[in-house]
Amino acid sequence: MTEETKPFEPVIIGFTCNWCSYRAADMAGTARIKYAPNIRLIRLMCSGRLDPTFVFKAFAGGADAVLISGCHPGDCHYVEQNYKAMRRFHLLKRVLVQMGVEPGRLKLLWASAAEGAIFAAEINKFVEEVRALGPLNWAQPGEQVSTPIMEEVTA
Amino acid sequence: MSKPKFAMYWAASCGGCEIAVLNIHEKILDVDAAFDVVFWPVAMDAKYKDVEAMQDGEITLCLFNGGMRNDENEHIAHLLRKKSKIMVAFGSCACEGCIPGLANFSSIKDMVDTAFTTLTTDNPDNIRPQSSYAMPEGNITIPTLNPVLKTLDQVVDVDYYMPGCPPESHQIVAVVDLVIAALNGKAELPPKGATIGAGNSTVCDECPRKRNVKTIKEFGRIQLMHADPELCLLEQGIPCNGPATRSGCNGRCPTVGAQCIGCYGPAEGVVDYGARLISAFASVIDSNKPDEIDKILDGLVDPAGQFYRFNLAGSLLRSSKFAQKG
Repeated sequence: MTEETKPFEPVIIGFTCNWCSYRAADMAGTARIKYAPNIRLIRLMCSGRLDPTFVFKAFAGGADAVLISGCHPGDCHYVEQNYKAMRRFHLLKRVLVQMGVEPGRLKLLWASAAEGAIFAAEINKFVEEVRALGPLNWAQPGEQVSTPIMEEVTA
Repeated sequence: MSKPKFAMYWAASCGGCEIAVLNIHEKILDVDAAFDVVFWPVAMDAKYKDVEAMQDGEITLCLFNGGMRNDENEHIAHLLRKKSKIMVAFGSCACEGCIPGLANFSSIKDMVDTAFTTLTTDNPDNIRPQSSYAMPEGNITIPTLNPVLKTLDQVVDVDYYMPGCPPESHQIVAVVDLVIAALNGKAELPPKGATIGAGNSTVCDECPRKRNVKTIKEFGRIQLMHADPELCLLEQGIPCNGPATRSGCNGRCPTVGAQCIGCYGPAEGVVDYGARLISAFASVIDSNKPDEIDKILDGLVDPAGQFYRFNLAGSLLRSSKFAQKG
């Protein structure tokens, strides 16, 4: 198949927390539940660790959508940091809309360690929603963001 | 021995940086004593061809202010880079885009329409600028606009960054003193890529207001409320950009009762200025209920404008999707 006739496969960056949503993904794996390979999961200790910089970096670097996931409200391993993630998500979404990014490209998902099947189903649903939105194709005027910035973000 | 040469240029900027340099008062005499001013379009008559005729690296210190709005700005940036030993991105526009960079929220068409059709514009024939026009005498041209405004370091290699809109006079004096001392072998210049003439911390660090625990039930606008003169503005729900903004201004705005708007740019270690503020503002919202959070956020009327007033062109995203579509 040539480059033009290939169907659009969205690239989604998913941030998961160590205690619930990453374990949900793990659970989906051990239960051999199949879900779309379009998502690249990154494990953080907590959804509260999610610096909004990571989301901008993902979009600027070519991601079509970003998933933020953590423990259910009230279940956070660090008591209430997932509420901070939720508040950041709400504010981030408003800023992204002003930047011309469709609100459907940012999703917040709560998943407990036991919810492997739900997690997989939600990812499948999200991938199809993003596929319908089409590619984001974030343009970088001039040069790409250089590697040192990446190192700073992840340091 | 001839004196080292000094240049200052303005690209897309307001001219405030030049005034800030003159605002160093009698210190300007030291600049004149130490340097031979060879190119400074605001202050003296000099032509581009004079700069083109110079040897590479002939200018010792070039303070470059303004963003890259058109091809003329970029041409001069390349030219001055070639002719200068020390290239300083001087002021917020050159460092991070500043107010002209806010045009990166809109398409170029919307930007030009705003400039040429809005209420305050007298343009009965609805004329738009053309980059070239055929006259009987021949073709005349003006510079072509870039689709988005770029910062100086997105176009040329920059040695030092000096933030501020404009940089504070006492900081300019400190930098001038340092460069003169370095030229006389009495001091060492900081490593390339350093931010000079500013602090390493945040505006909050220099702010004299009292701080307690921050929890916000409602965002307000400073002109519509009676703010407590002693208490942290952000704690009172006034969107103050101090937590992400680089120190160096002595906390000027919050000291006199206005919120920090972020002209000194991102603090040390902050990769994306707006992202840092999103994090800071959202974290202290005093609610765990999505509906209530949304209602509180309604109080922030223009979050992207609030968080990227000075930094849009220098942010990770650099421009909105609307600007990219042209």
